[in-house]
Order: sequence, then C-alpha cells, then structure tokens
Amino acid sequence: MKLSKLAMVTVAAAMVGGTPALADLVFPSLSYRTGPYAAGGIPFADGYADYFTLLNERDGGINGVEARVLECETGYNTQKGVECYESTKGEGSLLYQPLSTGITYQLIPKATADGIPVHSMGYGRTSAANGKIFSHVFNYPGTYWDAASIIVNHILDENGGDVKGKKIALVYHNSAYGKEPIRTLEELAKKHGYELTLIPVDHPGQEQKSQWLQIRRERPDYVLMWGWGVMNQVAIKEAANIRFPMENFIGVWWSASENDVLPAGEGANGYKAVTFHGVGSDFPVFDDIKKHVVDTGKAAGAGDQIGTVLYNRGLYAAMLAAEAARTAQALHNTKDLTPAQMRDGMEALKIDAARLEELGLPGFGPEINVSCENHGGPGLGAIQQWNASDGTWTLINDFGPADRAVIDPLIMEDSLAFAKENNIPERCN
Amino acid sequence: MLYRETGDFKSSYAADQQTFPIRSERYLFWGAMVIAFLVVPFFINDYWEKSVLVPLLVWSMAALGLNILTGYCGQVSLGTGGFMAVGAYACYKLMTAFPDLNIFIVVILSGGVTAFVGMLFGLPSLRIKGFYLAVATLAAQFFLVWLFNKVPWFYNYSASGQITAPERTIFGIAVTGASAPPWATYLFCLTLVFLFAWIARNLTRGTLGRSWMAIRDMDIAAEIIGVQPLKAKISAFAVSSFYIGVAGALYFSVWLGAVEPTEAFGINVSFLVLFMVIIGGLGSILGSFLGAAFLTLMPVLLKNVMVGGLGWPTDLAAHFEIMLVGGLIVFFLIVEPHGLAQLWRLAKEKLRLWPFPY
Repeated sequence: MKLSKLAMVTVAAAMVGGTPALADLVFPSLSYRTGPYAAGGIPFADGYADYFTLLNERDGGINGVEARVLECETGYNTQKGVECYESTKGEGSLLYQPLSTGITYQLIPKATADGIPVHSMGYGRTSAANGKIFSHVFNYPGTYWDAASIIVNHILDENGGDVKGKKIALVYHNSAYGKEPIRTLEELAKKHGYELTLIPVDHPGQEQKSQWLQIRRERPDYVLMWGWGVMNQVAIKEAANIRFPMENFIGVWWSASENDVLPAGEGANGYKAVTFHGVGSDFPVFDDIKKHVVDTGKAAGAGDQIGTVLYNRGLYAAMLAAEAARTAQALHNTKDLTPAQMRDGMEALKIDAARLEELGLPGFGPEINVSCENHGGPGLGAIQQWNASDGTWTLINDFGPADRAVIDPLIMEDSLAFAKENNIPERCN
Repeated sequence: MLYRETGDFKSSYAADQQTFPIRSERYLFWGAMVIAFLVVPFFINDYWEKSVLVPLLVWSMAALGLNILTGYCGQVSLGTGGFMAVGAYACYKLMTAFPDLNIFIVVILSGGVTAFVGMLFGLPSLRIKGFYLAVATLAAQFFLVWLFNKVPWFYNYSASGQITAPERTIFGIAVTGASAPPWATYLFCLTLVFLFAWIARNLTRGTLGRSWMAIRDMDIAAEIIGVQPLKAKISAFAVSSFYIGVAGALYFSVWLGAVEPTEAFGINVSFLVLFMVIIGGLGSILGSFLGAAFLTLMPVLLKNVMVGGLGWPTDLAAHFEIMLVGGLIVFFLIVEPHGLAQLWRLAKEKLRLWPFPY
C-alpha cells in the first residue's frame, strides 16, 4: 500500500511539474504530521491549508492574489523548526506560525532581526503581548495568562465569587509551555485566597500514576491542566479512573481536542476546557469548504478532520492571517505584500462581529482589535464542555474577559526584563 | 598514483611521526582547511549556517568528546545530553553574570565547569564497568536535566524556564544573538573545533592517550604495567566532558540561541552522539567528524531531495527519511562494523597498493 501511494505521489508530482505562479502570497506552515504530537498537528495543518485553498478556489485568492501554503515538517522538533524557517524565509514568506513553544522562542529574535512577523496564536511567549517591546511577535486573540485567569474566573462564577480555602491543583507539562501559567495562578491565589498545588508531568507524560495518586490524596477541589499530546489523554483517563468529578477538571485550549477525551470514553463526560474560538462545524464557511475544497478533492491530508477543535483552530489562524493580509493590502495600497507590510497589517487588524458574519463564521470568536501597544488581543475566552454520549463540545458561557489588573502588570514586568536583557528600546511612543 | 609514500623521504623523527605522514594527504588536509577558513565564509548564508555547517561543527565537537571517553578510554557513556546541558547552562550563567567577559573565554570556562561535573560523575567508573557504567551515566543524564528544569537559579528565574543567549561580540562582531552574521558564527565554531580537534589528536597520541587505550584494551593488564586507572579514567572523563561542555555551550549560544532543558538536552541527544561515534568509528578523530556529518547532513539532504526536489508531501518524506536513515545505519554497520573511518582507512590502503594489489 505504501508503495502504491508512493508511486501515485511520484506520478502526481511529475504531472503537476511546473512551478506555481510567482506573484503570490506565501504562508509557510511549520506543521508536524509526524512524531509524538502528530495527532494534534495534523488537524491544525489541514485547517490552515484548507482555508487558503478555499480562498483560492472560491475568491481567486486574497483580493485576487493567490495564497500559497508552503508546508514544512518540523515533527515538533525545535532544530527542524529552525531548519524549516531558514529554508522557507527566502521564498517571500509573509508570516510564521511556529506551532510550538520551543520554535516560537527560537523565532522571536530571528524573525525580528529578519523583519518577518510571527503569529503565535494562543501559545509561545505570553509577554510578547507587549507590542512596545516585541515589534514582530503577535499572540492575539489570547495568551496563556488570559487562559489561566479565565479558568479561575469560571471557578469564581461557580462558587459565587468566593474561593477562599479551596484547593486548586495544576497538572502541567514540565516544559516552558507548561510553566507559563504558574506565575499568574500564584498571583491570583494571593488575590482570591485559594491554595495552589503544582504537579509537573515530564515529557511525554505517558505515565502519570504518581501524579494522580497525589491528587487522590490531596483531594483538590479543582484540577487545571496544561498538557499536550498523549499527556492529555492519559490525564483524562487517570482522572476518570480515580473518579475525579470531570466538571471540576479544566484544561487549557491545547488540552481540549477530541483526541484527548475520546480514549476515556464515557468517563470523560463533562470535562471542560477554555477556548478562544467556536466549536463544531455548524458555520456557513464549512458549507463552502465542503463545496470548494472537499468535493473537488483538494482537501489537505486525509480530509477527515473537518470540524474538529484543532482543525477549527487552524482554520481560525488562517482566517486571521488572510484578514491581516487584506488589511495590509488596503493599508499600503498594493496587492503583493512584503513581510514588513504584512506586519503593519497585523498590527492594524480589526475584526468585528459583522466581519465574522461576512466570512461565514458568525460568533466564531471574540472581536479583535490589535494595536501597536497590544499584540495580545482582547484576551477573551469561553469554557467548552465535552458531551461524551454525543461526542461533541459545546460552549457553556460567553467569551469573557481575563483579570487584566493581575495580568497586565505581569506582562509588563516580564517583557521589560526581556528588553533589558537584550537592549531593546520601547516602540509606539 | 595520488596517494604514495614513494619519494617522500623523512629525515627526522618529528617528520616521520606527524599526523599526516604522506604528502598528498597533508595537502588534502590543508587544502580542505583553506577552503573551510578562507572560501566558505564568503559564500555562507543563513540556511547553510543554521541548518548545515554550524550543526555539523557542534555535533562534531560533541562526538569528539564522546569519542575520547568511549572510543579511546572504553567507558560507555549515555550522559552526553546532560553534560551538554551543563555546558549550555554554565555558558548562560557566565554570559549573564559577566556581560563584559569575552564569549570565547565564556565558552572555554563552560567547558571547564563541565569537565569538573564530568569528573564527579566519572568517579563511579572506578568501580563499575560496561553496561553498569552506562546506567550510572544515564542517571547523570536524567539528574542534570531535572536539575536545570527544577532549580530556577539556573534559568535566572524566568517565567518559562527557557534560557536565551544575549548578544556577545568578538572584535566588535556579534557571534551570538539573532543579528550575528552567518560567517562570524561559522568561523567562531570552526576555530574552536579546529583548535580542539588538533589538541585531541595530539592528546591521543601522547602518554595520556596511550594510558586511555591501555585501560580500554585491558584494564588489569594496564594496571600491572603501571597505568593508574584512577588517573586515566578520571582524566578521560574530564577531557571528554570538557569537549562536550564546549559543544553544549556552542549549541545553546551560537546555534540555537534559546533552549529549554527537556527538549534540547534529552536522552535522544545522548543517543544521537553515541550513534555518531559508533557509525563514524570508535577511537578515531576523523570518525567523529564523519559520524556527525552522516547523521546531521543526511536527513537535511534527504528532506531537500524528497520535498524540494520531488515535491512529496512533507509527512511522507519525513517518515521515509526516518526509514532510510535507519536502513543506512544498519547497512553501514553490517558492511563496516568499525565505522566510516575504517572505510577511509581501507580506501587509503588500497590506494597505496594500486594498481598492483596483492
């Protein structure tokens, strides 16, 4: 089977042959369709590619200029990610979505030096939200610190605003990614008086017996999770095994896909996670994708991921990128963009409810208003809950704000420390 | 014809015992060095620097270090990743604590710190051997990575636990940080690797190297003829860790610029360097370079051929690349169990006899 597929691909490659049109908008996709995190990487990469295919097929590109997705396999590996960046940046790449905390940290200084914008959507370095320091890095529509605060807000709502003396445990991937929310949760603990327990899980997180034994012993009222890949599935299964009440188990948006809850079966029913975009395929844009992309056989990958959480996230990332490109085209009154113009477009990006409606994604995400100072977006999030019998996620509240009074000073502190270490002057003055 | 001893007369012991006794080989070596130092810097770009040449140099340095310990002294080590982490974190702490210190000195000092840590973890080698020692060094690997992840002092209390290399210059030219020109980082690594490969070659030919090899070949016999196992083994650990520490410092500061311990210095790094040494050739300086080249350049080459040249989907190419590299490793180990360096040695023997082999 492998051989026949291989042969087919070779023939197809030989048939297509010629190079694509030169004047196009290049969006590199540093995907990971292989390796331990492939289950999360494939749907995102498919969603990202399919949205651009849709724009090309339906509208003939972005304002008439075709978009080209340049895919490069990273395997979620930082060194390969750097290799991908170096090999694609010469092709006129407009915008990088590094899709891994490690690669993001690599690209922040490199891309800034090369003048290419980076969009780490809901991941990467949280303090990059401070546009005064990070000129080329964007992490709208929300950051990990927003996520942590939104989860705590949800817990506050459930307890009538008082969580004094409650115990909250954080199960996290023991890496830069997993450690991100700790500072915020500690600050919030001081403010609201809950007790925070930190429970690290080492990569890849296939074995978590001792962590969940600790949870069983300490009986926290809530468990938060910052996990990725196989760690999520194992944690949810372990939680089901110790009969931890699932509605008190809340994950970040990267611990919130179908891959994570399905293995636990019925046991995962009621599991919650924070999200910054809508769930399901009940949006008009999916009809267009079916008509222009799937039915014409142009879907990326196997085409079986449409409507899953991570597919939607890839789609959303592509939509934001395309809208930023449109903004840049209007701003600079040109059709072919340079990375510098793309950066200006991202900084001037405005997406309101009416625009989302036009794009066929009504209510899919919060309104976005990027400015020179604020690259972190509105920082709004909603809570989604898993229904195991239907196999669907549903949003159980509206997109709500994070506690800015706690988060903004933290962002300031961390970004200024970075600026001092690297001698970066403040912008936007 | 090309490679002959005929007519190449030596009139002193020094000439007779030099590293490259045959004239054409000497010319080949110096020719390669001239190209590496004087030609490549003018043509290097970001891609060649960050994806090909600097990785090659960094891994060569690490493989040299492990080859001293495993190839020359016979002590199997699975702690390479951990020792590279020591080099990287020493480099980071020194860079941030003494901003005015020259980066060259910082890298050398990082090697020194790693040498000290390596000696500590080398102490068990006096009692345990073989697989048991491998397990003891494996403990070093996990302990060190855990330590750098756990103690915030090592990463200057940053929120994420990542360490980022600030910009440092030599003669006013940046060699670390994002704005460092490709030729500068390349020349910086090349100079260090050239210098330390030279030292390694001569160390292994002298008293110290001979005592290592005596211990490797039969430790009891070596002890009886007067080689001190303590001195030989600990010095092998120290020198090897020094090299690995320098490699770790370059890996962090020059190549990547930002690392986090669990991903950048995991057990896979230890295995990668061990494979480089085995494929390249145990107990061979050239082998360290060949092994590093095989395992760093082959994947990049295959990827460029399959994705760039043939236009395959990236995931298919990635899977195929894993299979192909694995297959090639097995093939080379079957065809030549002593590594790529032995192939080169055999080729030279054949050339000497050509065209009248016996």
